[in-house]
Amino acid sequence: MILAFIEGERNPISPLCLQALTFARELAAGQGMPLEAVAFEREAGDLPGVLQRHGVSRIHRVEHPRLDDYAPEAWAKALAQLMDRARPQFVLAAATDRGNEILARVAAVKNLPMAANCIGWAPGSPPVVVRQRWGGSLLEEAALHAVPPLLTVAPHAVEVREIETQMEASLETFSPVLEEKDFRVRVVAREETHPEGVSLRTASVVVGGGRGVGSADGFRVLEELASLLGAAVGGSRVATNNGWRTHAQQIGLTGNRIAPDLYIACGISGAIQHYVGCKGSKNILVINQDREAPFFRRATHGVVGDLHEVLPALIEEIRRIKT
Amino acid sequence: MNVLVCVKRVPDPGARIELAAGDQAIETRKLGFTIGPHEECAVEEAVRLIEKLGGSATVLTLGPADAEEQLRDSMAVGADRGILLETEGDDWDPAQTAAAIVAAIRAAERQGSRFDLFLFGNESADAGGFQVGIRVAQALDLPCITGVKRLEAQANKVLARREIATGWEVYEVGLPALLTVREGLNSPRHPSFRSLMAARKKPIERSRPERDPVGLELLRLRLPPDRGTSAEMLGEGKAAVPRVIEVLKELGVLQA
Repeated sequence: MILAFIEGERNPISPLCLQALTFARELAAGQGMPLEAVAFEREAGDLPGVLQRHGVSRIHRVEHPRLDDYAPEAWAKALAQLMDRARPQFVLAAATDRGNEILARVAAVKNLPMAANCIGWAPGSPPVVVRQRWGGSLLEEAALHAVPPLLTVAPHAVEVREIETQMEASLETFSPVLEEKDFRVRVVAREETHPEGVSLRTASVVVGGGRGVGSADGFRVLEELASLLGAAVGGSRVATNNGWRTHAQQIGLTGNRIAPDLYIACGISGAIQHYVGCKGSKNILVINQDREAPFFRRATHGVVGDLHEVLPALIEEIRRIKT
Repeated sequence: MNVLVCVKRVPDPGARIELAAGDQAIETRKLGFTIGPHEECAVEEAVRLIEKLGGSATVLTLGPADAEEQLRDSMAVGADRGILLETEGDDWDPAQTAAAIVAAIRAAERQGSRFDLFLFGNESADAGGFQVGIRVAQALDLPCITGVKRLEAQANKVLARREIATGWEVYEVGLPALLTVREGLNSPRHPSFRSLMAARKKPIERSRPERDPVGLELLRLRLPPDRGTSAEMLGEGKAAVPRVIEVLKELGVLQA
């Protein structure tokens, strides 16, 4: 049996989690094993329906009076106890903050190998995974020497697909045995501070700026373009290190990974550190004064020019079309 | 407050990656080395904490003899001493790395060191395993908060914030504790010439760690297939705008 960890951060199920489920289902099919899922969310909405459409045959719903908010040690202990009972051959999660944390903790508790950011696998004994290093600019083939290995699935490694003929998923409650000490690390408060703008990670269009923007003020023109296109705004590491954008808006190895339909990169040279954050984009339009910028070799569209000339002209033209 | 910071010697993140013969490692002869951006923030935070609360900062690394360079860099910005767990420079898996660090911490404690706070990067810049800090915390039975981007420390507890899409999760734990941190926690300082000189005289303890059996075994590295696209050039300067508009329409970003 293959066990998939379903997280939920208020939303019942995230796109990254669905990608991990698709990956897990392909692994299950390849190994001739059923796919089961473990969910911690209390208000899960139509979770059974969604999981069924992804080939899950059994759902383990973890219930405990104290599992109300995120507590990594308690969650991991609960998952480890479920593994003792259900005996999965692989355990998978999305390579999100929580997926990586919970699986790493289970790996530590049970002394198992854990491979983060997997994009593929090969059958065999021991099984082999392909995982990302350097944010995906280098790939590693690695053998996993223990059962069950723990894998997290890299964002955008697979496209979400539902199954055609679904079967009824059975729903079981799992009640872990937890103590006070398991809750020593838990969320004690939440601060909702980020404005309800378009989210970088889910936006279908993103406008990004780098060194060429020149200043925090320089980003105004990018924001204007973004608001016309319903896009999110992000920055390279240069832009966030200079304080032109907040760190939460960084696109790159140490920031967000984005995968929009269109990424408009302005004044960014396209160093590896940045590129690994945006390589999931379907189209990349690079606007840069330097015709030798490496980003042009990885983009789908390019404009050679000063963004402070090109963007105002582009904005004016879009306004004209819209009115 | 006594702080232990764990760092890893990695090639400069901006470097162009090429594989060495045998595909087990990357070609390093032409590369510069550093510690990852998360770890730079961990070192900086440790130094700020001891400047504010007193105590000492120790920096530890597992790696080849050349990783002394990264210990000296960390001492040049304020760490007091270094611990080098010397390997042959080949790849240690996360569990092996964590076990060696745990053994080194226990050895240091047997010799009278006491650490209140352990700082790691959230993940290494190169291997990106997301687990060494967590494994060390589990082995030493320390509370562990990962992905920390804001920190308020007092003598006996820490308040840490982790960023999520809508804002912040707030955690509070007593000390001793282990935190894994992210870039953005602070702005790391640059060393002065004097501090670089002073760092050359600070003490480093060297030892050869024991190596556990491998769990996640590196078989082969390879470069991902290149996107291979060459951008369709839409023009130069303002003159490109009409073509950009056409492309935006083709992609459905602008209503045709």
